[in-house]
Amino acid sequence: MHELAITQALLSIVLEAAEAAGARQVTAVELTVGALTGYVDDSIRFYFERLSEGTLAEGALLRIRREPGEGRCQTCGGAFPVEPPLLPACPLCGSPDIRIAGGNRCIVERIEVEDGDPHPGGEGHPQRQ
Amino acid sequence: MATHIPVVKAILSANDAVAAENRAAFDAAGLLAVNLMSSPGAGKTSLILATLERLPPSLRAGVIEGDIASTLDAERIAARNVPVVQINTGGACHLDAPMIRSALSHLPLPDLDLLFIENVGNLVCPAEFDLGAHLRIVVASVPEGHDKPYKYPGMFQKADAVVLNKADLMPYIDFDLSAFQNGLSILRPGIPLFLLSCRTGQGVDEWVGWLTAQLEARRGDHGR
Repeated sequence: MHELAITQALLSIVLEAAEAAGARQVTAVELTVGALTGYVDDSIRFYFERLSEGTLAEGALLRIRREPGEGRCQTCGGAFPVEPPLLPACPLCGSPDIRIAGGNRCIVERIEVEDGDPHPGGEGHPQRQ
Repeated sequence: MATHIPVVKAILSANDAVAAENRAAFDAAGLLAVNLMSSPGAGKTSLILATLERLPPSLRAGVIEGDIASTLDAERIAARNVPVVQINTGGACHLDAPMIRSALSHLPLPDLDLLFIENVGNLVCPAEFDLGAHLRIVVASVPEGHDKPYKYPGMFQKADAVVLNKADLMPYIDFDLSAFQNGLSILRPGIPLFLLSCRTGQGVDEWVGWLTAQLEARRGDHGR
């Protein structure tokens, strides 16, 4: 359910960036989503599809990159990716003395837009980065 | 033609900006704001009531009650002559910073020392939304089981303290306290844990003592 609020916030960031760039249409959105946020990709896609109807971002492709949490064992020094549910102990040595970092971010990394250029691919139009 | 536009903006940056304004309002009023998060029924309202009962008389508290529907909890608080505002989210599973901002004008902030914000009962969504509170407290309860930190890491990772309520039921329930503590120490090493029972009053004084010490420390930091 919280994906609805998350996706509303996502869409407003995307539209703000697209409008600032004078874009005609948003074709793709790249997201980084931490594994410990509890956000469900399919749910974000579902809400995005509905909420973006009639906006510049209608039909945009969502590219979601999952960012794992990182576990570090205080006993053996090993590092391992972490997803919920957490393991109660280090998967490498079995020690319960582990720490978790990261995995909580949710970032709009970049968007891909079609701009208002009336002569697509025309000469003398520099490729923007 | 296609153009790539770097954005690199956290999804909740708009919420977080309002949360920062809320925090500034709390700081200006010299109060300590506490965001209480838990599953439904863990005992957030009971904890607020038990805390109000044991607060030193010199301290004045206010409450923001978040619920999907109903004013039942707010009525229980108001019966104690404590300023309270009810926020009904109408289905949303968490409070967000703009909801808190709109509630603040209904509270006598400068007269308050403590502001309890009772979040909507849910162990997922409330963790994501900074409300501007100074402390985030997770209220867990013994009947829920000891595996909650493992299953809801995001919630516990952001907590400043954990209250384990219904501790009086420990003898009757297979609750593995050391597994619970281990889960907490993985996510938040050294986090304060209060075993208490709102029903019997066990452990409530320790919790209230810690909370009032947090308020004093905050006021010390701000030169009050």
